[in-house]
Amino acid sequence: MIKVEKRLETPKYLLVLTPILSVLVAILFSSILLLVTGEDAIKALDTIFGGSLINWQEVLVNSITLVILSIGVAVAFKMVIWNIGAAGQMMIGMICAAGVALFVPIALKDSIFLIPLMALAAVIGGGLWALISGGAKAIWNVNEVITSLLLNYVALYLLQFLVFGPWKGVTTSGFPQSDPFPAAAKIATIFPTGRLHYGLFVAIAVVIIFYFLLNKSRWGYEIRVIGEGRNVARYGGMSLAKNIIVAMFVSGGLAGLAGAIHVSALEGRLSPHMNTDIGYTAIIVVWLSRLHPLVIGVVSVFMGALLFAETNLPAAGIPYEIAKLLQGSILFFVIAGDFFSRYKVKFVKE
Amino acid sequence: MSNAVVEMKGIRKVFPGDVVANDKVDLTIEPGEIHALLGENGAGKSTLMNILTGLYKQDGGELFVNGEKIEGKYGPKEAIEMGIGMVHQNFRLVKPFTVSENMALGTKGKFLYDSKDIEKKIEEISKKFQLQISPKAKIWQLSIGEQQRVEIIKMLYRGAEILIMDEPTAVLTPQEVKGLFDILRSMTKKGISIIFITHKMHEVLSYADRITVLRGGVALKTISAKDTNDRELADLMVGRQLDAKRMITDEVPLGDVVLRLDKVNARNDKGLLALDDVSFEIKGGEILGIAGVAGNGQKELSEVITGLRKVTKGNIFFKNEDITKECVQDIIDRNVAFIPEDRHGMGLANNLPATDNAILKSYRNKKFGSFLLQKKAINEATQKMVDDFDIKIPNIHCNVKLMSGGNLQKLILARETFENPELIIAVYPVRGLDVGAIDYVHQRLAEERKKGKAVLLISEDLEEIYKMTDRVAVLYEGKIMGIVNTDTTDINDLGLMMSGAKRSEA
Repeated sequence: MIKVEKRLETPKYLLVLTPILSVLVAILFSSILLLVTGEDAIKALDTIFGGSLINWQEVLVNSITLVILSIGVAVAFKMVIWNIGAAGQMMIGMICAAGVALFVPIALKDSIFLIPLMALAAVIGGGLWALISGGAKAIWNVNEVITSLLLNYVALYLLQFLVFGPWKGVTTSGFPQSDPFPAAAKIATIFPTGRLHYGLFVAIAVVIIFYFLLNKSRWGYEIRVIGEGRNVARYGGMSLAKNIIVAMFVSGGLAGLAGAIHVSALEGRLSPHMNTDIGYTAIIVVWLSRLHPLVIGVVSVFMGALLFAETNLPAAGIPYEIAKLLQGSILFFVIAGDFFSRYKVKFVKE
Repeated sequence: MSNAVVEMKGIRKVFPGDVVANDKVDLTIEPGEIHALLGENGAGKSTLMNILTGLYKQDGGELFVNGEKIEGKYGPKEAIEMGIGMVHQNFRLVKPFTVSENMALGTKGKFLYDSKDIEKKIEEISKKFQLQISPKAKIWQLSIGEQQRVEIIKMLYRGAEILIMDEPTAVLTPQEVKGLFDILRSMTKKGISIIFITHKMHEVLSYADRITVLRGGVALKTISAKDTNDRELADLMVGRQLDAKRMITDEVPLGDVVLRLDKVNARNDKGLLALDDVSFEIKGGEILGIAGVAGNGQKELSEVITGLRKVTKGNIFFKNEDITKECVQDIIDRNVAFIPEDRHGMGLANNLPATDNAILKSYRNKKFGSFLLQKKAINEATQKMVDDFDIKIPNIHCNVKLMSGGNLQKLILARETFENPELIIAVYPVRGLDVGAIDYVHQRLAEERKKGKAVLLISEDLEEIYKMTDRVAVLYEGKIMGIVNTDTTDINDLGLMMSGAKRSEA
């Protein structure tokens, strides 16, 4: 008979070992599926991981957006507020940043303050967007999962409305996208070749700042205690409503910042193409990292590689869904693996 | 074999950690009687009923239903088939559904939902037992009293002949209570037997035929309601052996009034009046006990003083300043210590280390850092608490959920007294602790009194009240029944006041 026992404390080595093992099992599982379906598993894995090494700049480009989004999600999750709307908040950030870039007064068009201004608008926009869910949660206890999730679609249609309608560029030959941003609105690349841009340093700064905020600061302490239980927090004199509102604003603000970096560095204009999956990928990253900011940094690079593989696989004649399959199985096995770090499984003879 | 509908003989139930919930309990239910199970919280009433309804399996003893010995598989499903139904304190109803839809849930019916058929059956039951209800009404539209009626009908619909009611009056207004017992009485005339769980003495005396008193998991006595009175019941329920010595024997000069409540009113979580014109004061160097059976407003009393619950009427003064409207943080800043009833859910964050828990009340204090927390200062403070209070913990970075109950309470006590508070609110501070830890907590509270601090000690245990308090106020249904000096009072008077008699009558 199999007996399952709750562990009192998870040993440190298991905390490290289970996610790594889970990822390996997921790779194995995906490879078997590939073999069964007749695909070349070795070639696929080589394209995913080997290709990522060669194209490390692209991998990091993906990671920049992902890491900022994930830190935002982690802020809310630490308080057990389930912000599922990172993608929507990011799109609002894109819209706000684009609005500044497109409609800024001539005097500022070439200013070095243009990018900071875009970022600021995006943070405020994303933050306020998240506050629709956060405020409803804090005041009326409305389920934030539903509101933040549905607002993703509102944001997507708002974005599409703008690029198909009022913000459609005059120089775009009828394509649904805005005019290109002025040159000063574009984040520069670090190297002469490749797309890796200075947003990388913003991402690194976000990781470090939020490591200190969440793990070392008084604010982080409040978030930790609230995440542990509403009653303990009330007993300690913490305001739940205030903290929910602040955390949601910060969470959405970071997503907005990711959006600003995305349009500024990569697109250079507002276009209707938006991969809403990135919000869910961020959730996967946060879960894999157990909400630890530094680990989020590392895992984002790993996930950035998988995201890159989605675009790289078709070039090698392999369906891009394989990268999706790998992503999905990794999440599945990590959550399953989590069970083993929480519980002990024993085989006992009856 | 008698014609008893239920017979429980020598029932024993032990929970993990060797907690004996029931031991050698005998209970006999006659057909058509209203039988009250009376006892304090934790006396083992619910455990006993959960055995009868098949939720738990007893570790010892025998169970007979309708003269038939229960053996082998016996779960909730079998219990219902035997005609045993339980109405829980928190109703098991689906609120957006109608009454008849709720009847259909969990019962074997036809494949298709036949509302006509169900409505007809509900009407039959309504008529037979005078339980007026509209089968088409949605549950959320009904009052609490009506919802309870639906629960009763649901049990009758499933064929219950033995109805167990768990604290049925806790959620009702006094008028509804009267109505409920009228209905229950008429049901017994139609052959239904009723067991109701309660800790309210006057209900037992007015409405029950026979009463079984439980204390500490043991059934003390079954008596007929006619042959007893509130004094005897109070004695049985509370226990009168008081061989305890008073711990606070030294004279402490009384200081100024630290806490004063003036006709304070408050509501409980269900919106019912929980505190009714509560007035008292505590001076420095004094321990005031609040005696009473749990659930009579104790929790609410501790919460209004600490700012966790709104005062609906009246005023609270701390050192002559009105703190009625202040929030939790303001009151923490006034240096009021609070040892809450719920150690795990409120007093401590289980999955956080001792260090995080040690600063729960003082993390806003500059000495622990203004923006980033000062790890060194926090570690030192925590280590000092651990050393001063002899808390057993591998190291201060361990999660507190690994600590034993006694050590958890020591940690709370250490934290709460760390800033040298003027007032300490202690709610059931020794509940569930071993003898050594109980003594330690009491010593510490006595020391605070000696230092000239004011202490409010809420307790159900008269022994603790006698041992630890200068004066004692008895709380019953949200009212203070009287305040007396502990060392000159008769313990029986306290017991009687706990059962709802005024000081003058006692």
